Amino acid sequence: MAQKINIVCVTGTREKLQMAAMFASVAAATGDEVTVFLSMNALTYFVKGRSAAAPAEGELGELLISEKGVPPFKTLFQQAVELGDAKLLPCSMALDLMKITKEDLDSELGPPTGLTRFLSDAEGGQLLTF
Amino acid sequence: MSEIKLVDARDTFCPGPLMELITHMKQASVGDTLELLSTDEGSGADVPEWVNKVGHEILSNEKIEGVWHIKVRKAK
Repeated sequence: MAQKINIVCVTGTREKLQMAAMFASVAAATGDEVTVFLSMNALTYFVKGRSAAAPAEGELGELLISEKGVPPFKTLFQQAVELGDAKLLPCSMALDLMKITKEDLDSELGPPTGLTRFLSDAEGGQLLTF
Repeated sequence: MSEIKLVDARDTFCPGPLMELITHMKQASVGDTLELLSTDEGSGADVPEWVNKVGHEILSNEKIEGVWHIKVRKAK
């Protein structure tokens, strides 16, 4: 049975972004209703023209970077959207802080979202935080 | 009888093989058979788990010389 899965990404390290993207893509492709809320240092990788090379926290992150054949986290997030209708929502506060708008973000991102809206949409679902 | 469509996802890590299979399953027609090749050790258990959960059919699942060969029929 389809579940509602909410994923909150706030940390900008390779391990956390990779794990969040893996959960998002697999859950969305399995028919779960997936919403990814992107804020703090996790959001910067979705700003147009910025590098997607998130730094490693430790040994596993180094392996994610050095091993060929690891799907990039942005590709997995895109697949979550394309194959499973996942929503990728940028935090409106983070956009304000960075003095940018939705137009400055990758096209697969949805509307800027505040916490009240996110919390009411997330009600009753699972919440995973990275 | 339709031919088997090969999805070669060798040398990619989880969830690469599963996502490759799902991408090709979306494009396939009901009744088509796909054969996934994967060297990711978790695929042997995790791919059938997905196939059963979503409601397709596992036709065979075997490891030959370090490569998982998983045949799946699109059921819906």
